[in-house]
Amino acid sequence: MMASQPILEVRDLRTRFHIAEGIVYAVNGVSFKLNEGETIAVVGESGCGKSVTMMSIMRLIPIPPGEIAQGEALFNGRDLFKLSEAEMEHIRGKEIAMIFQDPMTALNPVLTIGRQLGEPLRVHLGLSKEEIRERSIGLLEQVGIPDPAQRLKDYPHQFSGGQRQRAMIAMALACHPSILIADEPTTALDVTIQAQIVELVQRIRETMNMAVIWITHDLGVVAEMAERVLVMYAGFIVEEALVNDLYGDPRHPYTMALLGALPRIDRRRDRRLRSIPGAPPNLLVEPLGCPFAARCELVFERCRMEMPPLIEVAPNQHRAACWYDLASGQPR
Amino acid sequence: MESSAAQPSPGVARLTLDELETPPLSLGQLTWRRFRRHRMAIFGSITLLLMVLYCFGGMMFFSEADANRTDTGARLQAPSRVHPFGTDTIGRDILARTIYGGQISLIIGMTAMLVELVFGISIGALAGYFGGLIDSITMRITEAVLIIPQIFLLLVMAKYFAQSIPNYQFMGRTFSGSVLVIIFVIGITSWPYLARIVRAQFLSVKENDFILAARATGASTRDIIFRHILPNSFAPIIVSATLSVAAAITLEAYISFLGLGVRPPTATWGNMLEGAYNYIDTAWWLWFFPGFFIALTVLSINFLGDGLRDALDPHSRAV
Repeated sequence: MMASQPILEVRDLRTRFHIAEGIVYAVNGVSFKLNEGETIAVVGESGCGKSVTMMSIMRLIPIPPGEIAQGEALFNGRDLFKLSEAEMEHIRGKEIAMIFQDPMTALNPVLTIGRQLGEPLRVHLGLSKEEIRERSIGLLEQVGIPDPAQRLKDYPHQFSGGQRQRAMIAMALACHPSILIADEPTTALDVTIQAQIVELVQRIRETMNMAVIWITHDLGVVAEMAERVLVMYAGFIVEEALVNDLYGDPRHPYTMALLGALPRIDRRRDRRLRSIPGAPPNLLVEPLGCPFAARCELVFERCRMEMPPLIEVAPNQHRAACWYDLASGQPR
Repeated sequence: MESSAAQPSPGVARLTLDELETPPLSLGQLTWRRFRRHRMAIFGSITLLLMVLYCFGGMMFFSEADANRTDTGARLQAPSRVHPFGTDTIGRDILARTIYGGQISLIIGMTAMLVELVFGISIGALAGYFGGLIDSITMRITEAVLIIPQIFLLLVMAKYFAQSIPNYQFMGRTFSGSVLVIIFVIGITSWPYLARIVRAQFLSVKENDFILAARATGASTRDIIFRHILPNSFAPIIVSATLSVAAAITLEAYISFLGLGVRPPTATWGNMLEGAYNYIDTAWWLWFFPGFFIALTVLSINFLGDGLRDALDPHSRAV
């Protein structure tokens, strides 16, 4: 599975927002690769730049106040940041599709499901009304909505939360994209529905050989879904590894803390869950040094002065950005 | 409506579980249910319907020639069997004139509303969607139009354009060119309020997640504006448009009353009032009938608008 060409390669992406209080440094030099048909997960706590990174790649950041200050996003060799808005419209929804966190608000309440589902088909494939109808029925069937022909006429408020997320997925899949970006698609759903949605995306990914970027802060879902994980903190990627390597052998203190905060069935139940003390840094200040330094138990002088580079620390391209070598217990 | 067909019959006990479950209501059905409750709105709609029937059905009994035929021998006659609504200062039959005048008044109301919609929606949408400099410029223009008293603007423009447009034929009738002038002038002076409503709607709707989601599926700016934001703004636009029909009819009456509106012989409810001023005491029928029709129509439209406002309000809890 780990092979082939990267379909998407992001290099040194920096996104900022210019607001009244100053500049928000939301994404600070993110680089990663996504291979064809691969699933990667992006984890990290709220406000660490997961969504902004993906929105930047999709060019959905409002400009102004947003600004993609630096970087490239090579999709099949073409830099998305250099495309015109019209060219970008052909990529969105056709080549790279996206599903959102809250299915309750991500569907237009005054348009029928059929009309919204038909939109990408009309825009990108220019199908006739009859063809759109047939394809839409097929899509709803594929995502497991019963009685699809009838449901096309329904409005979003007549769908349940899980059904809406299914409809969103159907919309995203309409044009067979090569990348699906899922921005916390299960966060707003209850646990059983979450499991169904995860399963659905996995099944579709296999049949369509689609690459998936799954943004989440649910590490349980990550283990189930992804092959590779990117851990983000304050707009940086602090660790990148295969799922098993990350869980078994975390190399960044933040990843360790995250895993420590996870409830586990094999641990005593009367213990309190461990939380990470402190709060993420203020993104209004240009970062100097490691962003996790203020909350890190292993912090030393160099951490506060210099941002550690993301370097390979273990086999299987296991990379981490820390001045401290967790394996040897020595500073680098 | 198909929903009412699902009323339980006397033998409720025989219904199976499946039949008891009523299908969910669509947006349209919900709106209709709320509208139906609004008694004044129903009264308004029925009255309006009758008014349209009166104005356009009346053509079958009176020709336009009847409405415009002068008979100085029979001037200022009180209502009688021959002239149920009496005759005016040069002996024209008031009944026939209210019919043909009503047509013009209603047409002016509707088309002025359309002109207003075109201006109001495009300017409001531009300002609200793009924001920034475009917003500043269009809103300053809007305010500029707003601060000039409308009636003033109307009178000046009506006078300025009045002579320049010749008569024209439409639907087998000859219209005075002044009708077009009035429609245009009313339309072009009433859009600012609508533009502001549309702008406010766009400002709030464009921030929704579903707009972002639509952009993520590759929808173009045009699609976003017309297929996603505009449908979400229909409710206030419909209400405002309805009320502006009433406003246009009243405005037409104003300027015609002042002698700058639609030129005779084309009758409108407004210009029928023009000469009536001198006969307020002596010939009540001159002002009563056209005045009554104007008042009733405007009132009905306002009731209808009120009902629509309640029925289309998505926050309304009433089901």
